[in-house]
Amino acid sequence: MRNFRLYYIYAAIIFVGLIYIYCLFQVQVIDDKYALIAEKISLRKQTVYPQRGLIFDRNDKLLVYNDPVYDLMVSVPIKLKGIDTLAFCQLLAIDNEKFDELLSRAKRRSYRGKSVFKKNISNVTYARIQERLYEFKGFFFEIRQDRNYKFNSSAHLLGYLGEVTKKDLSLQKEGYYEQGDFTGKKGVERFYEKQLRGLKGERYFYVDRTGVNKGSYKDKKLDYDPVDGKNISLSIDIDLQQYGEKLLNNKMGSLVAIEPKTGEILSLISSPFYNPANFNIQNRGKYYTRAINDPTKPIFNRAVSAPYPPGSTFKPIMALIGLEDKAISSSTHFNCNGQYRLGKRIIKCHFHPSYTSLKQSIASSCNTYYCHTFKNMMGSSKYKNSEEAYKSWRSYLTSFGLGSKLGTDISGEFKGWLKESSYYDKMHGKDRWNYARIISLSFGQGELGLTPIQIANAVSIIANQGYYFTPHVIKKIEGMKSIPQQYLVKNYSAISQSNFEPVIQGMQEVTISGTASHLAIDNINIAGKTGTVQNPHGKNHSAYMAFAPVEDPKIAIAVVVEESGYGASWAAPIAHLMIEKYLTSDTLKESSRQNIEKRMMESDLIPYKYKSKIDKSLYGK
Amino acid sequence: MENRFRIDILALILFLSIAIIGIASVYSATSNQGVFTFFEGRSGKQLVWFCASLFFGIVIFLLNANFFELFSIYFYILFMLLLVLVLAIGVDINGARSWIKIGLFSLQPSEFAKYGTSFAVATIISRIGFSFQNKNDILKLAAVTLIPMGLIIIQGDMGSALVFLSFILVFYIEGLTPTIILLGLFMILVFVLTLVYSALYFSIAVILLLFLFYAFTYTNKKLLIPSLSIVGFAILFSMSVQFLFDNFLKEHQQKRIQVTLNLIEDNMGAGYNVNQSKIAIGSGGFSGKGFLNGSHTKGNFIPEQETDFIFCTIGEEGGWLMSSITIALYIGFILRLYYLSSRAKKKYKRIFISSLASIIFFHVLVNIGMTIGIMPVIGIPLPLISYGGSSILAFGLFIFTALKMDATRDRDLESVFS
Repeated sequence: MRNFRLYYIYAAIIFVGLIYIYCLFQVQVIDDKYALIAEKISLRKQTVYPQRGLIFDRNDKLLVYNDPVYDLMVSVPIKLKGIDTLAFCQLLAIDNEKFDELLSRAKRRSYRGKSVFKKNISNVTYARIQERLYEFKGFFFEIRQDRNYKFNSSAHLLGYLGEVTKKDLSLQKEGYYEQGDFTGKKGVERFYEKQLRGLKGERYFYVDRTGVNKGSYKDKKLDYDPVDGKNISLSIDIDLQQYGEKLLNNKMGSLVAIEPKTGEILSLISSPFYNPANFNIQNRGKYYTRAINDPTKPIFNRAVSAPYPPGSTFKPIMALIGLEDKAISSSTHFNCNGQYRLGKRIIKCHFHPSYTSLKQSIASSCNTYYCHTFKNMMGSSKYKNSEEAYKSWRSYLTSFGLGSKLGTDISGEFKGWLKESSYYDKMHGKDRWNYARIISLSFGQGELGLTPIQIANAVSIIANQGYYFTPHVIKKIEGMKSIPQQYLVKNYSAISQSNFEPVIQGMQEVTISGTASHLAIDNINIAGKTGTVQNPHGKNHSAYMAFAPVEDPKIAIAVVVEESGYGASWAAPIAHLMIEKYLTSDTLKESSRQNIEKRMMESDLIPYKYKSKIDKSLYGK
Repeated sequence: MENRFRIDILALILFLSIAIIGIASVYSATSNQGVFTFFEGRSGKQLVWFCASLFFGIVIFLLNANFFELFSIYFYILFMLLLVLVLAIGVDINGARSWIKIGLFSLQPSEFAKYGTSFAVATIISRIGFSFQNKNDILKLAAVTLIPMGLIIIQGDMGSALVFLSFILVFYIEGLTPTIILLGLFMILVFVLTLVYSALYFSIAVILLLFLFYAFTYTNKKLLIPSLSIVGFAILFSMSVQFLFDNFLKEHQQKRIQVTLNLIEDNMGAGYNVNQSKIAIGSGGFSGKGFLNGSHTKGNFIPEQETDFIFCTIGEEGGWLMSSITIALYIGFILRLYYLSSRAKKKYKRIFISSLASIIFFHVLVNIGMTIGIMPVIGIPLPLISYGGSSILAFGLFIFTALKMDATRDRDLESVFS
């Protein structure tokens, strides 16, 4: 009897043992859920951010460098036991309510075992808290690189950093970015993001219940060090850039200077501008809305985004097309009695010696000459009708890089306005329009809008007598043999080289006897063209394009000053000062030119209607 | 003299293996708490207590073979007095008044009470003329087991009190009718069903079943009275379970049971321990993360991990392999002890040794079951492995006493009544 019962007990014990071993097998070997949960609970990844590449100008002057910002993080799950909240709040300079608010937000936004408690903590606060961080278990710092700037200059070109957006995260292919990472948002920072950013490093470690580091994971086999970003050099000359900014100060407008032989941008300014340091990670929050609300649009990069009718600066291009299309020859003369009659319509010209040659037509900016040229071309027997002639005219322009984006490495490029012939079909009816309807295109008015960089590129084509390199601001990328390939390709315009000679002579005449003769500079031969662009909303825009020296062009420049007056009064002097600055040393400047420089720098041409709404703090520090 | 150290080698090896696993596990579980060398902190203390129990083991083996039998009842009285004393001068730790502070040490009398009670149980049952049919005998047995249970419940240590249920196994082996065990299992079933479905639904279901039963056996009138009384008892019991559960169990006890039955999920509250414990064990995989490499153990995620939840450390760092080996060692040890009890020639010794085996079995069943979430959280240690001086020393004394009794079995006369 007793033994019998003991066997039952034996059986029961063995049964329990087997059941437990089986249950453990289920939990430990078959179900891998627990291993994942355990890692989620106790394994932490710390991202080690690389140094972002530095940015230099063409003469290796440092423009942009890194400035650490500190994010105060909290371990998730958040367990704040035995923390002296009062002391903590005092260190952070926040009150108790703010603390609770930050904490509840951190709880909601936890990401991979950690959550941001407070972002962008200053150096000083960081040092103060770091000293006592051991008292606040579960809190730790992550250091990231914000940008800072040696010069209060070139904000539009350099661009800025920002946190990646949800959209960026969902669109990215390599999965490099994580929520909260910084990425280039605008300008060079954005175009060369991949070269500048480097590669993030990772450290894995275990934490205990309170978030304290308990040692590395798998002997650091999965850890890797960050790779610092590449330094880059830009083609801009920071001295020239700052000089240009002084000239354009208190004006609305822009300036683009290109080295014609390479397409390198020497200077690109949009005014009004802002201090790039105001748009770094730490400050942008404070300044962004101010910038948006400013009616003079300081964020807007006029140099690549604003289309202006080119006005008379278009005439050399029209002359080139006329020559190429045989509408005129280099010896063609037209009579100009101060107006061009088109039925009842009169297109005014201004007083200048008549029986005008091509050269004179450029020098004295004769409208009549170009109306004739345009009429000749549109009415040419080569073309079946106006539509075909217009298409031909348009294709000449597209070979100058007009009507589409140039493909530069500058943010916000706009393609400008250059209508398809179908636009006129729609407006006037198919075959129901001819040259008369669109004659103002011939002198750069009408449905034509070019951005300053397009004008600068057109003038560098003239300087090169037929070709251009896509304008770009990159000069050198550390560790790479060359800049991106697309900036090394020669693009040819549809104009034969021989046709440039008479046009260049005309442009040179502008600075000798023509509209900009009062701005001639000794020892530098400049070919230029003024433009006074009609503006229905206010004073005319002053425009100018030029290149110099004529014998061996080193700089091609376009300047637009909005709502200011004649091309010769503002845009031309500024362009010439820039040319002089770039080609010579400024100590040689004659006294008359010093006066011009002073006048340019001191004049305030911002229209009165905007004055009260301008926020000067954007530019200051 | 030559027989004095003739100890059962297999049982000794199993005992030492389990104890060594214990010391290593306690070291691992506490090595993160600012303790870096083995001899610092709790693993060192555990070793000291283990050595102390070996020392007392040698002392026990030097004693006369009949020493324990002679002083049986005095041992029981001594340990019961300690249980009373703890209520008077004990200190509260974790809400239970279970410890007496003596200088540097804290003594937990409830751990020794099992040892003491076994002497009394063995003495009563081995008396000539004892019978489970005799009311007097039953009353005596009930008294010696219920007195320590009651005292320990008063201390606030429900877990240690429940351990005394393991004596039912001993009674069963010694001839107690199995009805009482079946009744116990039946009551557990009703208890679980009541908590899962509530007393009302349970009662309705049972009554419906009764009608169904009658639909098929209406001719058999003999079954009417017993079946009605079973159903009546079940309903009454179910109602009282509901009432007692709602009104007499503390909230944390209610929640622990509900978590085990998967009635509520409370991973941050009552279920926190079990959930973390399952994660630690489950993440161990087949062969574990390696000794001292358990991230969950190191991270202090499991409260009480060097005491009641020590099995987590084994499961996490040793994986399924080490967990199974540990369980196998326990099963082997328990079976060996039952075997030793069966070969004893004296009834007294047989009962004493099987008491030890039953108590260890109960501890292992409940403790490991709790860490993998198939038993409610009942705070009792894993014998010889969990950290705790009193537990190590009490089990040490218990085991060496049992082994001493086995070692001297040849001198005993065959019991006439066995």
